[in-house]
Amino acid sequence: MDDDYLSGFTALLVQYDVLGAFWTNIQLTFFGALLALVVGTVLAVMRISPLPSLAWAGGAYVNIVRNTPLTVIMTFLVLGAWTQLGLSLSTNFTWNFFWFGVVGLGFYHASFVCEAIRAGVNTVPVGQAEAARAIGLPFLSAARLVILPQAFRGAIAPLGNTLIALLKNSTVAAAASVTWETSSVMKTMIEFQPNYIWEIFLTFAIGYVILVIPIGLLTTWMSNRLAVKR
Amino acid sequence: METGAPALVELKGVNKHFGDLHVLRDIDLTVRKGEVLVVIGPSGSGKSTLCRAINRLETIDAGEIRVDGKPLPAEGKELARLRAEVGMVFQSFNLFAHKTVLDNVTLGPRKVRGTAKAAAEQEALDLLDRVGVKNQARKMPAQLSGGQQQRVAIARALAMHPKVMLFDEPTSALDPEMVNEVLDAMVALAREGMTMIVVTHEMGFARKAADRVVFMADGQIVEEADPDTFFTAPRSDRAKDFLSKILVH
Repeated sequence: MDDDYLSGFTALLVQYDVLGAFWTNIQLTFFGALLALVVGTVLAVMRISPLPSLAWAGGAYVNIVRNTPLTVIMTFLVLGAWTQLGLSLSTNFTWNFFWFGVVGLGFYHASFVCEAIRAGVNTVPVGQAEAARAIGLPFLSAARLVILPQAFRGAIAPLGNTLIALLKNSTVAAAASVTWETSSVMKTMIEFQPNYIWEIFLTFAIGYVILVIPIGLLTTWMSNRLAVKR
Repeated sequence: METGAPALVELKGVNKHFGDLHVLRDIDLTVRKGEVLVVIGPSGSGKSTLCRAINRLETIDAGEIRVDGKPLPAEGKELARLRAEVGMVFQSFNLFAHKTVLDNVTLGPRKVRGTAKAAAEQEALDLLDRVGVKNQARKMPAQLSGGQQQRVAIARALAMHPKVMLFDEPTSALDPEMVNEVLDAMVALAREGMTMIVVTHEMGFARKAADRVVFMADGQIVEEADPDTFFTAPRSDRAKDFLSKILVH
Protein backbone atom coordinates (compact mmCIF):
# COMPACT_ATOMS: atom_id res chain seq x y z
CA MET A 1 0.00 0.00 0.00
CA ASP A 2 1.80 3.14 -1.15
CA ASP A 3 1.40 6.65 0.19
CA ASP A 4 -0.56 7.91 -2.80
CA TYR A 5 -3.17 5.26 -2.36
CA LEU A 6 -3.58 6.07 1.33
CA SER A 7 -3.68 9.82 0.89
CA GLY A 8 -6.16 9.35 -1.95
CA PHE A 9 -8.44 7.49 0.46
CA THR A 10 -8.14 10.01 3.29
CA ALA A 11 -8.89 12.79 0.80
CA LEU A 12 -12.09 10.90 -0.03
CA LEU A 13 -13.20 10.98 3.62
CA VAL A 14 -12.93 14.76 3.59
CA GLN A 15 -14.38 15.23 0.13
CA TYR A 16 -17.54 13.33 0.99
CA ASP A 17 -17.76 14.59 4.60
CA VAL A 18 -17.98 11.18 6.22
CA LEU A 19 -17.94 12.65 9.74
CA GLY A 20 -20.79 14.94 8.79
CA ALA A 21 -22.74 11.94 7.53
CA PHE A 22 -22.26 10.16 10.86
CA TRP A 23 -23.26 13.33 12.68
CA THR A 24 -26.52 13.34 10.69
CA ASN A 25 -27.26 9.76 11.78
CA ILE A 26 -26.43 10.63 15.39
CA GLN A 27 -28.87 13.55 15.21
CA LEU A 28 -31.54 11.37 13.59
CA THR A 29 -30.98 8.82 16.36
CA PHE A 30 -31.09 11.40 19.16
CA PHE A 31 -34.35 13.04 18.10
CA GLY A 32 -35.84 9.74 16.94
CA ALA A 33 -35.06 8.11 20.29
CA LEU A 34 -36.54 11.05 22.18
CA LEU A 35 -39.75 10.83 20.16
CA ALA A 36 -39.83 7.02 20.45
CA LEU A 37 -39.41 7.22 24.23
CA VAL A 38 -42.25 9.71 24.66
CA VAL A 39 -44.67 7.97 22.28
CA GLY A 40 -43.61 4.52 23.51
CA THR A 41 -44.25 5.46 27.14
CA VAL A 42 -47.70 6.80 26.27
CA LEU A 43 -48.43 3.56 24.38
CA ALA A 44 -47.22 1.44 27.31
CA VAL A 45 -49.46 3.36 29.73
CA MET A 46 -52.37 2.85 27.33
CA ARG A 47 -51.68 -0.88 27.12
CA ILE A 48 -51.60 -1.36 30.92
CA SER A 49 -54.52 0.98 31.59
CA PRO A 50 -57.76 -0.38 33.07
CA LEU A 51 -59.74 1.09 30.14
CA PRO A 52 -60.21 -1.69 27.56
CA SER A 53 -60.59 0.74 24.64
CA LEU A 54 -57.26 2.45 25.40
CA ALA A 55 -55.51 -0.88 25.91
CA TRP A 56 -56.95 -2.08 22.60
CA ALA A 57 -55.85 1.06 20.71
CA GLY A 58 -52.32 0.77 22.13
CA GLY A 59 -52.15 -2.89 21.16
CA ALA A 60 -53.43 -2.18 17.66
CA TYR A 61 -50.82 0.55 17.13
CA VAL A 62 -47.97 -1.67 18.26
CA ASN A 63 -49.03 -4.63 16.15
CA ILE A 64 -49.56 -2.60 13.00
CA VAL A 65 -46.47 -0.40 13.22
CA ARG A 66 -44.07 -3.04 14.53
CA ASN A 67 -44.96 -5.35 11.67
CA THR A 68 -44.62 -2.73 8.92
CA PRO A 69 -41.19 -2.38 7.27
CA LEU A 70 -39.48 0.89 8.20
CA THR A 71 -38.68 1.58 4.55
CA VAL A 72 -42.40 1.46 3.77
CA ILE A 73 -43.12 3.94 6.59
CA MET A 74 -40.35 6.31 5.42
CA THR A 75 -41.44 6.15 1.80
CA PHE A 76 -45.04 6.76 2.82
CA LEU A 77 -44.04 9.80 4.88
CA VAL A 78 -42.20 11.49 2.04
CA LEU A 79 -44.26 10.40 -0.97
CA GLY A 80 -47.61 10.17 0.82
CA ALA A 81 -47.68 12.63 3.68
CA TRP A 82 -45.46 15.26 2.07
CA THR A 83 -45.85 15.04 -1.71
CA GLN A 84 -49.49 13.96 -1.86
CA LEU A 85 -51.06 15.27 1.37
CA GLY A 86 -48.95 18.40 1.53
CA LEU A 87 -47.85 17.95 5.16
CA SER A 88 -44.66 19.83 5.94
CA LEU A 89 -42.48 19.70 9.05
CA SER A 90 -40.10 22.52 8.18
CA THR A 91 -39.99 25.41 5.71
CA ASN A 92 -36.39 24.45 4.97
CA PHE A 93 -36.39 21.92 2.14
CA THR A 94 -33.64 19.65 3.49
CA TRP A 95 -34.63 19.90 7.17
CA ASN A 96 -38.14 18.90 6.13
CA PHE A 97 -36.73 15.54 4.99
CA PHE A 98 -34.67 15.27 8.15
CA TRP A 99 -37.73 15.73 10.38
CA PHE A 100 -39.74 13.24 8.34
CA GLY A 101 -36.86 10.84 8.98
CA VAL A 102 -37.08 11.57 12.71
CA VAL A 103 -40.86 11.10 12.71
CA GLY A 104 -40.56 7.78 10.88
CA LEU A 105 -37.84 6.51 13.20
CA GLY A 106 -39.65 7.78 16.33
CA PHE A 107 -43.10 6.40 15.62
CA TYR A 108 -41.73 3.10 14.31
CA HIS A 109 -39.46 2.45 17.30
CA ALA A 110 -42.13 3.69 19.70
CA SER A 111 -43.80 0.31 19.28
CA PHE A 112 -40.60 -1.46 20.39
CA VAL A 113 -40.11 1.00 23.26
CA CYS A 114 -43.69 0.27 24.34
CA GLU A 115 -43.02 -3.47 24.43
CA ALA A 116 -39.71 -2.97 26.26
CA ILE A 117 -41.47 -0.90 28.93
CA ARG A 118 -44.25 -3.45 29.16
CA ALA A 119 -41.62 -6.11 29.76
CA GLY A 120 -40.25 -3.80 32.46
CA VAL A 121 -43.73 -3.47 33.99
CA ASN A 122 -43.83 -7.26 34.25
CA THR A 123 -40.74 -7.13 36.48
CA VAL A 124 -42.69 -4.97 38.99
CA PRO A 125 -44.61 -7.16 41.46
CA VAL A 126 -48.37 -6.71 41.26
CA GLY A 127 -48.36 -5.79 44.96
CA GLN A 128 -46.65 -2.49 44.10
CA ALA A 129 -49.62 -1.45 41.98
CA GLU A 130 -52.07 -2.69 44.61
CA ALA A 131 -50.32 -0.71 47.33
CA ALA A 132 -50.34 2.40 45.15
CA ARG A 133 -54.06 2.01 44.50
CA ALA A 134 -54.72 1.24 48.15
CA ILE A 135 -53.37 4.62 49.31
CA GLY A 136 -55.75 6.30 46.86
CA LEU A 137 -53.52 7.07 43.88
CA PRO A 138 -55.56 7.16 40.65
CA PHE A 139 -54.28 5.00 37.78
CA LEU A 140 -52.14 7.66 36.09
CA SER A 141 -50.47 8.75 39.34
CA ALA A 142 -49.83 5.14 40.32
CA ALA A 143 -48.27 4.54 36.88
CA ARG A 144 -46.16 7.70 37.01
CA LEU A 145 -45.00 7.54 40.63
CA VAL A 146 -44.78 3.83 41.38
CA ILE A 147 -44.99 1.53 38.35
CA LEU A 148 -43.04 3.30 35.58
CA PRO A 149 -40.02 4.37 37.67
CA GLN A 150 -39.49 0.72 38.58
CA ALA A 151 -40.45 -0.55 35.12
CA PHE A 152 -37.87 1.71 33.41
CA ARG A 153 -35.12 0.28 35.58
CA GLY A 154 -36.18 -3.21 34.61
CA ALA A 155 -36.42 -2.19 30.96
CA ILE A 156 -33.00 -0.57 30.49
CA ALA A 157 -31.47 -3.56 28.71
CA PRO A 158 -34.31 -4.00 26.16
CA LEU A 159 -34.50 -0.19 25.75
CA GLY A 160 -30.76 -0.23 25.02
CA ASN A 161 -31.32 -2.86 22.34
CA THR A 162 -34.06 -0.70 20.83
CA LEU A 163 -31.71 2.30 20.82
CA ILE A 164 -29.04 0.26 19.04
CA ALA A 165 -31.59 -0.88 16.44
CA LEU A 166 -32.74 2.73 16.05
CA LEU A 167 -29.18 3.95 15.45
CA LYS A 168 -28.61 1.36 12.75
CA ASN A 169 -32.08 1.91 11.28
CA SER A 170 -31.37 5.64 11.05
CA THR A 171 -29.78 4.79 7.68
CA VAL A 172 -33.28 3.97 6.43
CA ALA A 173 -33.93 7.72 6.59
CA ALA A 174 -32.41 7.55 3.10
CA ALA A 175 -35.86 6.35 2.04
CA ALA A 176 -37.19 9.66 3.35
CA SER A 177 -34.73 11.47 1.06
CA VAL A 178 -32.19 12.26 3.79
CA THR A 179 -29.47 11.89 1.17
CA TRP A 180 -26.62 13.22 3.33
CA GLU A 181 -26.73 10.41 5.90
CA THR A 182 -24.17 7.58 6.04
CA SER A 183 -25.63 4.86 3.79
CA SER A 184 -26.44 7.39 1.06
CA VAL A 185 -22.97 8.93 1.30
CA MET A 186 -21.42 5.46 1.19
CA LYS A 187 -23.42 4.62 -1.92
CA THR A 188 -22.22 7.77 -3.67
CA MET A 189 -18.61 7.16 -2.65
CA ILE A 190 -18.64 3.58 -3.96
CA GLU A 191 -20.27 4.68 -7.18
CA PHE A 192 -17.58 7.26 -7.89
CA GLN A 193 -14.55 5.59 -6.29
CA PRO A 194 -15.04 1.82 -6.78
CA ASN A 195 -11.27 1.23 -6.43
CA TYR A 196 -11.67 1.99 -2.70
CA ILE A 197 -14.73 -0.20 -2.24
CA TRP A 198 -13.43 -2.23 0.74
CA GLU A 199 -11.95 0.74 2.52
CA ILE A 200 -15.18 2.67 2.12
CA PHE A 201 -17.31 -0.19 3.39
CA LEU A 202 -15.04 -0.83 6.38
CA THR A 203 -15.00 2.87 7.27
CA PHE A 204 -18.75 2.91 7.69
CA ALA A 205 -18.97 -0.54 9.26
CA ILE A 206 -16.32 0.27 11.88
CA GLY A 207 -17.86 3.69 12.44
CA TYR A 208 -21.14 2.04 13.48
CA VAL A 209 -19.38 -0.55 15.62
CA ILE A 210 -17.65 2.30 17.47
CA LEU A 211 -21.01 4.00 18.04
CA VAL A 212 -22.93 0.87 19.04
CA ILE A 213 -20.55 -0.85 21.45
CA PRO A 214 -20.56 1.94 24.08
CA ILE A 215 -24.39 1.95 24.07
CA GLY A 216 -24.40 -1.76 24.90
CA LEU A 217 -21.78 -1.35 27.62
CA LEU A 218 -23.55 1.67 29.08
CA THR A 219 -26.98 0.04 29.24
CA THR A 220 -25.59 -3.14 30.82
CA TRP A 221 -23.82 -1.04 33.44
CA MET A 222 -26.90 1.11 34.10
CA SER A 223 -29.18 -1.89 34.22
CA ASN A 224 -27.07 -3.40 37.02
CA ARG A 225 -26.55 -0.16 38.85
CA LEU A 226 -30.16 1.02 38.81
CA ALA A 227 -31.77 -2.37 39.51
CA VAL A 228 -34.44 -2.09 42.19
CA LYS A 229 -33.44 -4.14 45.23
CA ARG A 230 -36.28 -6.16 46.70
CA MET B 1 -66.03 -0.13 71.20
CA GLU B 2 -69.20 1.67 72.17
CA THR B 3 -72.27 -0.43 71.47
CA GLY B 4 -74.68 1.18 69.07
CA ALA B 5 -71.88 2.91 67.18
CA PRO B 6 -72.78 3.58 63.55
CA ALA B 7 -71.98 0.95 60.91
CA LEU B 8 -68.80 1.82 59.02
CA VAL B 9 -68.45 -1.15 56.70
CA GLU B 10 -71.51 -3.07 55.51
CA LEU B 11 -71.61 -6.09 53.21
CA LYS B 12 -74.96 -7.38 51.97
CA GLY B 13 -75.41 -10.54 49.92
CA VAL B 14 -71.86 -10.40 48.55
CA ASN B 15 -70.97 -13.13 46.07
CA LYS B 16 -67.85 -13.72 44.05
CA HIS B 17 -66.57 -16.46 41.76
CA PHE B 18 -63.08 -17.21 40.50
CA GLY B 19 -64.11 -19.22 37.45
CA ASP B 20 -66.01 -22.21 38.80
CA LEU B 21 -64.89 -21.56 42.35
CA HIS B 22 -67.50 -19.78 44.47
CA VAL B 23 -65.14 -17.89 46.80
CA LEU B 24 -67.67 -15.65 48.56
CA ARG B 25 -71.19 -16.95 49.24
CA ASP B 26 -73.92 -14.56 50.40
CA ILE B 27 -71.71 -12.65 52.79
CA ASP B 28 -73.59 -10.35 55.18
CA LEU B 29 -71.36 -8.48 57.57
CA THR B 30 -71.45 -5.20 59.43
CA VAL B 31 -68.47 -3.59 61.12
CA ARG B 32 -69.20 -0.72 63.48
CA LYS B 33 -67.08 2.34 64.05
CA GLY B 34 -64.26 1.54 66.46
CA GLU B 35 -64.79 -2.19 66.22
CA VAL B 36 -61.92 -4.64 65.79
CA LEU B 37 -63.12 -7.58 63.71
CA VAL B 38 -60.90 -10.61 63.27
CA VAL B 39 -61.58 -12.95 60.36
CA ILE B 40 -60.18 -16.44 60.70
CA GLY B 41 -60.59 -19.66 58.78
CA PRO B 42 -58.71 -22.28 56.82
CA SER B 43 -56.79 -21.44 53.63
CA GLY B 44 -59.04 -20.94 50.67
CA SER B 45 -62.01 -20.00 52.83
CA GLY B 46 -62.31 -16.62 51.09
CA LYS B 47 -61.18 -14.44 54.00
CA SER B 48 -58.46 -12.62 52.05
CA THR B 49 -60.81 -12.08 49.12
CA LEU B 50 -63.37 -10.63 51.52
CA CYS B 51 -60.78 -8.23 52.91
CA ARG B 52 -59.58 -7.17 49.46
CA ALA B 53 -63.15 -6.69 48.20
CA ILE B 54 -63.72 -3.95 50.76
CA ASN B 55 -61.42 -1.53 48.92
CA ARG B 56 -62.24 -3.12 45.59
CA LEU B 57 -58.87 -4.71 44.93
CA GLU B 58 -61.20 -7.58 44.10
CA THR B 59 -64.47 -6.86 42.33
CA ILE B 60 -67.61 -8.70 43.38
CA ASP B 61 -70.21 -10.42 41.20
CA ALA B 62 -73.28 -9.66 43.26
CA GLY B 63 -74.31 -7.89 46.43
CA GLU B 64 -73.39 -4.55 47.91
CA ILE B 65 -70.52 -3.16 49.93
CA ARG B 66 -70.86 0.18 51.70
CA VAL B 67 -68.14 2.12 53.45
CA ASP B 68 -69.37 4.88 55.76
CA GLY B 69 -72.80 4.64 54.17
CA LYS B 70 -71.61 5.06 50.57
CA PRO B 71 -71.64 2.17 48.10
CA LEU B 72 -68.26 1.28 46.59
CA PRO B 73 -67.75 3.29 43.40
CA ALA B 74 -66.57 1.69 40.15
CA GLU B 75 -63.11 2.52 38.75
CA GLY B 76 -62.13 6.17 38.61
CA LYS B 77 -61.61 9.18 40.85
CA GLU B 78 -64.42 8.26 43.24
CA LEU B 79 -62.85 4.87 43.87
CA ALA B 80 -59.43 6.42 44.44
CA ARG B 81 -61.01 8.78 46.99
CA LEU B 82 -62.61 5.86 48.82
CA ARG B 83 -59.38 3.87 48.86
CA ALA B 84 -57.61 6.83 50.43
CA GLU B 85 -59.99 6.45 53.38
CA VAL B 86 -59.52 2.71 53.72
CA GLY B 87 -56.05 1.74 54.92
CA MET B 88 -54.64 -1.57 53.72
CA VAL B 89 -51.79 -3.66 55.04
CA PHE B 90 -50.70 -6.56 52.86
CA GLN B 91 -49.20 -9.93 53.66
CA SER B 92 -46.14 -9.12 51.51
CA PHE B 93 -45.75 -5.52 52.84
CA ASN B 94 -45.58 -4.05 49.31
CA LEU B 95 -43.50 -1.04 50.28
CA PHE B 96 -42.57 1.00 47.19
CA ALA B 97 -39.19 -0.58 46.46
CA HIS B 98 -37.66 2.48 44.75
CA LYS B 99 -38.51 4.94 47.52
CA THR B 100 -37.07 5.49 50.99
CA VAL B 101 -39.10 4.56 54.05
CA LEU B 102 -39.94 8.23 54.61
CA ASP B 103 -41.03 8.73 50.98
CA ASN B 104 -43.17 5.60 51.21
CA VAL B 105 -45.12 7.18 54.06
CA THR B 106 -45.34 10.70 52.60
CA LEU B 107 -46.28 9.70 49.02
CA GLY B 108 -50.02 9.34 49.71
CA PRO B 109 -50.43 12.50 51.81
CA ARG B 110 -48.45 14.58 49.32
CA LYS B 111 -49.87 13.26 46.04
CA VAL B 112 -53.41 12.36 47.09
CA ARG B 113 -54.13 14.88 49.85
CA GLY B 114 -51.83 17.64 48.61
CA THR B 115 -50.12 18.03 51.99
CA ALA B 116 -46.99 20.22 51.95
CA LYS B 117 -43.69 18.32 52.01
CA ALA B 118 -42.51 19.54 55.43
CA ALA B 119 -45.82 18.83 57.13
CA ALA B 120 -46.10 15.41 55.50
CA GLU B 121 -42.56 14.49 56.57
CA GLN B 122 -43.16 15.67 60.13
CA GLU B 123 -46.26 13.55 60.44
CA ALA B 124 -44.56 10.59 58.74
CA LEU B 125 -41.72 10.74 61.27
CA ASP B 126 -44.25 10.85 64.13
CA LEU B 127 -46.03 7.81 62.69
CA LEU B 128 -42.76 5.94 62.15
CA ASP B 129 -41.87 6.77 65.75
CA ARG B 130 -45.19 5.33 66.92
CA VAL B 131 -44.45 2.00 65.24
CA GLY B 132 -40.83 2.10 66.38
CA VAL B 133 -38.93 2.51 63.10
CA LYS B 134 -38.22 6.25 63.06
CA ASN B 135 -34.46 5.62 62.92
CA GLN B 136 -34.93 3.72 59.61
CA ALA B 137 -36.63 6.65 57.85
CA ARG B 138 -33.85 7.32 55.33
CA LYS B 139 -33.26 3.68 54.37
CA MET B 140 -34.62 1.78 51.40
CA PRO B 141 -37.24 -0.92 52.13
CA ALA B 142 -34.89 -3.76 51.08
CA GLN B 143 -32.51 -2.76 53.92
CA LEU B 144 -35.18 -3.43 56.57
CA SER B 145 -36.26 -6.68 58.20
CA GLY B 146 -39.72 -8.02 57.39
CA GLY B 147 -41.11 -6.89 60.73
CA GLN B 148 -39.75 -3.38 60.21
CA GLN B 149 -41.13 -3.25 56.68
CA GLN B 150 -44.58 -4.27 57.85
CA ARG B 151 -44.55 -1.59 60.57
CA VAL B 152 -43.61 0.98 57.89
CA ALA B 153 -46.54 -0.33 55.84
CA ILE B 154 -48.83 0.29 58.83
CA ALA B 155 -47.45 3.84 59.16
CA ARG B 156 -47.95 4.39 55.42
CA ALA B 157 -51.61 3.39 55.70
CA LEU B 158 -52.15 5.51 58.83
CA ALA B 159 -50.68 8.59 57.14
CA MET B 160 -53.85 8.80 55.04
CA HIS B 161 -56.00 9.09 58.23
CA PRO B 162 -58.17 6.16 57.17
CA LYS B 163 -61.60 5.54 58.61
CA VAL B 164 -60.93 1.83 58.68
CA MET B 165 -57.83 -0.33 58.41
CA LEU B 166 -57.77 -3.65 56.57
CA PHE B 167 -55.07 -6.17 57.46
CA ASP B 168 -54.67 -9.07 55.02
CA GLU B 169 -52.64 -11.71 56.92
CA PRO B 170 -50.13 -9.08 58.05
CA THR B 171 -47.85 -11.50 59.90
CA SER B 172 -48.00 -14.56 57.64
CA ALA B 173 -44.86 -13.69 55.67
CA LEU B 174 -42.80 -12.86 58.75
CA ASP B 175 -40.13 -14.83 60.54
CA PRO B 176 -41.57 -15.97 63.90
CA GLU B 177 -39.42 -13.64 66.00
CA MET B 178 -40.81 -10.63 64.15
CA VAL B 179 -44.48 -11.43 64.49
CA ASN B 180 -44.88 -9.82 67.88
CA GLU B 181 -43.42 -6.44 66.97
CA VAL B 182 -46.10 -6.12 64.26
CA LEU B 183 -48.90 -7.47 66.47
CA ASP B 184 -47.92 -5.01 69.22
CA ALA B 185 -48.30 -2.12 66.81
CA MET B 186 -51.71 -3.48 65.81
CA VAL B 187 -52.85 -3.95 69.40
CA ALA B 188 -51.82 -0.36 70.16
CA LEU B 189 -53.83 0.81 67.18
CA ALA B 190 -56.87 -1.18 68.33
CA ARG B 191 -56.62 0.35 71.81
CA GLU B 192 -56.68 3.83 70.25
CA GLY B 193 -60.09 3.06 68.79
CA MET B 194 -59.21 2.42 65.16
CA THR B 195 -61.80 0.44 63.23
CA MET B 196 -59.98 -2.67 62.03
CA ILE B 197 -60.73 -5.72 59.93
CA VAL B 198 -57.96 -8.24 60.43
CA VAL B 199 -57.53 -11.46 58.50
CA THR B 200 -55.07 -13.50 60.51
CA HIS B 201 -53.97 -16.83 61.87
CA GLU B 202 -52.77 -15.22 65.11
CA MET B 203 -55.24 -16.46 67.69
CA GLY B 204 -53.37 -14.57 70.40
CA PHE B 205 -54.15 -11.30 68.67
CA ALA B 206 -57.79 -12.30 68.25
CA ARG B 207 -58.10 -13.04 71.98
CA LYS B 208 -56.27 -9.90 73.04
CA ALA B 209 -57.64 -7.25 70.72
CA ALA B 210 -60.73 -8.46 68.87
CA ASP B 211 -64.24 -7.29 69.69
CA ARG B 212 -65.66 -9.95 67.46
CA VAL B 213 -64.42 -13.00 65.61
CA VAL B 214 -65.81 -14.14 62.29
CA PHE B 215 -65.07 -17.71 61.23
CA MET B 216 -65.16 -18.41 57.50
CA ALA B 217 -65.08 -21.69 55.61
CA ASP B 218 -65.75 -22.43 51.92
CA GLY B 219 -66.62 -18.83 51.18
CA GLN B 220 -69.25 -18.57 53.88
CA ILE B 221 -69.40 -16.96 57.29
CA VAL B 222 -69.95 -20.00 59.48
CA GLU B 223 -69.82 -18.41 62.88
CA GLU B 224 -69.65 -14.97 64.50
CA ALA B 225 -69.02 -14.43 68.18
CA ASP B 226 -67.01 -12.48 70.73
CA PRO B 227 -63.53 -14.01 71.08
CA ASP B 228 -64.13 -15.63 74.49
CA THR B 229 -67.25 -17.41 73.34
CA PHE B 230 -65.70 -18.40 70.04
CA PHE B 231 -62.52 -19.87 71.45
CA THR B 232 -64.09 -21.60 74.46
CA ALA B 233 -67.46 -22.64 73.08
CA PRO B 234 -67.57 -22.74 69.28
CA ARG B 235 -70.97 -23.85 68.02
CA SER B 236 -70.31 -25.19 64.54
CA ASP B 237 -68.49 -28.42 63.78
CA ARG B 238 -66.28 -26.63 61.21
CA ALA B 239 -65.08 -24.16 63.82
CA LYS B 240 -64.53 -26.89 66.42
CA ASP B 241 -62.54 -28.89 63.91
CA PHE B 242 -60.48 -25.84 62.85
CA LEU B 243 -59.74 -24.81 66.42
CA SER B 244 -58.78 -28.33 67.47
CA LYS B 245 -56.21 -28.37 64.69
CA ILE B 246 -54.56 -25.08 65.56
CA LEU B 247 -54.88 -24.87 69.32
CA VAL B 248 -53.52 -28.24 70.45
CA HIS B 249 -49.87 -27.41 69.74
